[in-house]
Amino acid sequence: MRVNFVLSEVATGLRRNLTMTVAMILTTAISLGLMGTGLLIAGMISDMKEIYYDKVQVSIFLADDVTDEQRTAIETQLSDSPEVASFVYESKEEAYERFQQQFSQQPELVENTPPDALPESFRVELVNPERYSVVAAEFPNGQNGVDQVRDEGDFLDRLFSLLNGARNATIAVAVVQALAALLLISNTIQLAAFNRRNETNIMRLVGASRWYTQLPFILEAALAGLIGALLAVGGLVLTKVLFVDKTLAGPIKAGIIPPVDWSAIATISPIIAAAGVGLAAVAAYVTLRLYVRL
Amino acid sequence: MIELQHVTKLYPASARPALDDVSTEIDKGEFVFLIGSSGSGKSTFLRLLLKEDDPTRGTVVVNGKTLNTMSKWQVPKLRRTMGCVFQDFRLLRNRTVAENVAFALEVINKPHRTIKRVVPEVLEMVGLEGKAARLPHELSGGEQQRVAIARAFVNRPLVLLADEPTGNLDPETSEGIMLLLERINRTGTTVIMATHDYHIVDSMRRRVIELNGGQITRDQSRGVYGVGR
Ligand SMILES: Nc1ncnc2c1ncn2[C@@H]1O[C@H](COP(=O)(O)OP(=O)(O)OP(=O)(O)O)[C@@H](O)[C@H]1O
Ligand SMILES: [Mg+2]
Repeated sequence: MRVNFVLSEVATGLRRNLTMTVAMILTTAISLGLMGTGLLIAGMISDMKEIYYDKVQVSIFLADDVTDEQRTAIETQLSDSPEVASFVYESKEEAYERFQQQFSQQPELVENTPPDALPESFRVELVNPERYSVVAAEFPNGQNGVDQVRDEGDFLDRLFSLLNGARNATIAVAVVQALAALLLISNTIQLAAFNRRNETNIMRLVGASRWYTQLPFILEAALAGLIGALLAVGGLVLTKVLFVDKTLAGPIKAGIIPPVDWSAIATISPIIAAAGVGLAAVAAYVTLRLYVRL
Repeated sequence: MIELQHVTKLYPASARPALDDVSTEIDKGEFVFLIGSSGSGKSTFLRLLLKEDDPTRGTVVVNGKTLNTMSKWQVPKLRRTMGCVFQDFRLLRNRTVAENVAFALEVINKPHRTIKRVVPEVLEMVGLEGKAARLPHELSGGEQQRVAIARAFVNRPLVLLADEPTGNLDPETSEGIMLLLERINRTGTTVIMATHDYHIVDSMRRRVIELNGGQITRDQSRGVYGVGR
């Protein structure tokens, strides 16, 4: 395979239909950028679930002066209750550890919080989350060593459904954009094949292999896909620096929203690049197969 | 070497077949004129030999290979044993004479060294040794056709197919082209040439296959263009 030949064909092809190439690259970039955003939100959701304790629906915070008997009684009552699917006990030390982790970005806050300031608690998963009030009634606030019972599920459900919605919406828009990008790629390749029909006709007649004839077109599309992917990654970096790190600095510091790490962008960049290159190449190949006689 | 058995070609759009139950045999090293009025099926005949198209019925055999059963990926290999020349030359406008000829070898992965050696040889053979660096538009029609012939012959094909190669040329230039094709034929290459040029057919006295409405109406060795003319 003559690398020079193939590369010069690719370059000529891209230059000859510059407007189409630009349109193809931009739609690809937008689609991939949205896909990356979707992936980042998905990663964020799983980070948040870790922060907020996956599946915990009810927290029973114990009073500071709870006795061992009271604690054992509550534990027994939880184990015996048909409403309870599972539960874990979190001691003051564990609560403090989790707090440290959650607020690692704010060392002053952690320093000013004494290790025993956080209450011990039972984290409870219900068989049916909607029966929260029945369970809450079994542990009246301020009695038998119980300080407070809180329905976490309600808040978490709303939060996660919001985030899932955001993720699904971005991915849906990304898919629509991807469709537009694929059609543009297909169109560009048809145009490129038309522009180079003299060359490809001769290649066909002198017995060049199909692969040899197709490769410049496929590489042309793949290169456009790669440039689109690079633009998309650039867009994500800009979004992080200009939007997430600035506008969302408060909630991130407070540990409500996990930060978008560079490592997360580094992880999804190759995925975006592979998707861009792969989809473009496949679209080109299919187009050549279906519409172009080589 | 080339054999057609009861070959019928019906294009999808038309009711009348372009080739209608054609059977013939062409031996290695033969020089054959394919004549007949416009639309009689000459180009279709050549296209089937290249497997540019498949016959509707019948079998086509080239170089001992049955084209009907040949798979798609074997077609390039078949075409490397055949050269084609057309009325409109089909040169690449942005490439020089030498590059046009080299193109045919580059795209089938011939080594650089071979290309460097073979291209000047074949250009000399077609009489264009001094014009290797010219672009097609800097050449006369006859010279352009010589480039096309050089490109078709540079890989030493077993068969050379020529579809009205002199159709755009004056009689004198045509004669030069015919001398060239004869010379190629003398190297052992089978030449099949579709033409309307009765001067050429009459003066060369080679085998003539005449098509009429897709059927062979005459097959004559050392034939002329029109019977009784
Ligand atoms: N691609 C095609 N699709 C449909 N019909 C075709 C096609 N190519 C040729 N034909 C028809 O097949 C018949 C034979 O055409 P062909 O080109 O083989 O004739 P020809 O002898 O080469 O004519 P000419 O001397 O004008 O070149 C004609 O009726 C033509 O209209
Ligand atoms: Mg014809």
